[in-house]
Amino acid sequence: MFDYELIQLILIKVIFAFLMVGAIMTMAGYSVLAERKVSAWMQGRVGPNRTVLPFVGHIPVVGSLLKGLGIFQPLADGLKFLFKEEIVPGHVNKFYYYLAPIVALVPALTTMTVLPFGEFVNAEGVTIPLILADLDIGILFVLAVSSLGVYGIVLAGWSSNSKYPFLGGIRSSAQMISYELAMGLSLLPVFLWVSEPGSTVSSLSLVEIVRSQQGSTWLLIIQPISALIFLIALFAETNRLPFDMPESETDLVGGFHTEYGSFKFGIFFVAEYAHIVIGSAIFTLLFLGGWNFLPWLDNPWGADWMGALIGTGWFIIKTISLIFFFIWVRWTLPRFRYDQVMDLGWTKLLPLALANLIFYIFVVTWLDQSNLNLP
Amino acid sequence: MVCSKHPVSAAMFMIISLVGVAALFVLLEAFFLAVLQILVYAGAVMVLFLFIIMLLDVGPDAGKASKMKLVSGLAAAFSISLLIVIFLIIVQDSGWLLEGASWSAVPESSKLTQGGNFVFSTAVKNFGYGLMTKYMLPLQISGFLLLAAMVGVIVLSKKDEKEVG
Repeated sequence: MFDYELIQLILIKVIFAFLMVGAIMTMAGYSVLAERKVSAWMQGRVGPNRTVLPFVGHIPVVGSLLKGLGIFQPLADGLKFLFKEEIVPGHVNKFYYYLAPIVALVPALTTMTVLPFGEFVNAEGVTIPLILADLDIGILFVLAVSSLGVYGIVLAGWSSNSKYPFLGGIRSSAQMISYELAMGLSLLPVFLWVSEPGSTVSSLSLVEIVRSQQGSTWLLIIQPISALIFLIALFAETNRLPFDMPESETDLVGGFHTEYGSFKFGIFFVAEYAHIVIGSAIFTLLFLGGWNFLPWLDNPWGADWMGALIGTGWFIIKTISLIFFFIWVRWTLPRFRYDQVMDLGWTKLLPLALANLIFYIFVVTWLDQSNLNLP
Repeated sequence: MVCSKHPVSAAMFMIISLVGVAALFVLLEAFFLAVLQILVYAGAVMVLFLFIIMLLDVGPDAGKASKMKLVSGLAAAFSISLLIVIFLIIVQDSGWLLEGASWSAVPESSKLTQGGNFVFSTAVKNFGYGLMTKYMLPLQISGFLLLAAMVGVIVLSKKDEKEVG
């Protein structure tokens, strides 16, 4: 009746999935802490440095160091969200009001299924990528699923039944559509480049993209314009500060989550940071060589499990630097006006992305015609 | 579903059904089509729908479709009967009732298409080859149609502006 091997396989996948969710959620939680600490550092403040756990905080040197770094702060923040009173305003559309945070969080976490973070060669000499599901269409899956995340914000804005959240929701839907186009178009030249005729790569898989950058240049060096457009669109898609139209707390109170409190607000918060973590990871995979060491250099670590571990660590370091970049930009640049956001998206980024695509079509064709070896 | 009185609810149901169609594509192992379905329809077109509904602030009474009780009833009956048929097929073929019965495997010979010499597969590259060789003309024509539609929209919206100004 029961196929035990199948059940074992499913169990292992489920355990891996839980580990991955745990890792991403931890990174999201600590990105919040990083945001608070980095902003404090940039504004000459101290930042969170009071939270302690009962016994760990009393260890002589380490305890006070951890306390000063605010390592326990995400725990306190999470508990605060969890134990606050659930307040539902009387004028909201209940069903969509409860649905919205879930719709915001689920796509953010679903994209991690196609997110590779390393690879290793097993005893039989087979290269195994460390990934939940190595889909042929990797990057398209990410774009498609993350485009569903906008419904969380739109529904939150609409179901709150009040003026400012509504404006936030409308702004968000317009912004998402504008920047999705530029984002998709900026990725086309990348895949054109790595899957030019004669290369072994023939899919949109993120693993293949990283492999094509192994021991050769990073795509950031070959395609700086694509990387720039993708990065700007990423800021817009994750609603980070130069583009945080749906939230913009100075003119819309709190934007789409004005009417939200306690744990439902916490879910929105976590969803935003999960988006940032996954977006940074994808930028690293596409343009910064993923788990490969440095451009033009072979990986100094081996290909066994130890090397895979170091490679994964290197990948996480790159991702964290990019998250730091996100935070840095947030506390440095002022917010765009709404019409400036639309103007930048439609009249600057989209034509630039198109021109970039056409330019690389000619370059790839020329390189192919003259039978040059690609660098 | 379609007869939902509230426009936003109706739009949400449409999103769910579009995602459902994508799920059917996944069951047919056409992952590329499934992802495009979500990317284009659920991710972009329906956001525009919602945007317009919210911008115009359409209330529950605005839709006339909700009053067509007979049509919506017939549609519901038809959908439910289809659902029952699908359910019956799944129950019969999945071997819950009949041990040993299963989906018959696709024979290798039928994977070759009649006309061209490219192999049927769900890989992205094959879609590209197909579109750029066998289906070149339909692709060009649909592109041209879209261009015509775009020009039409621009003409219509520009005309309005002149009348106002």
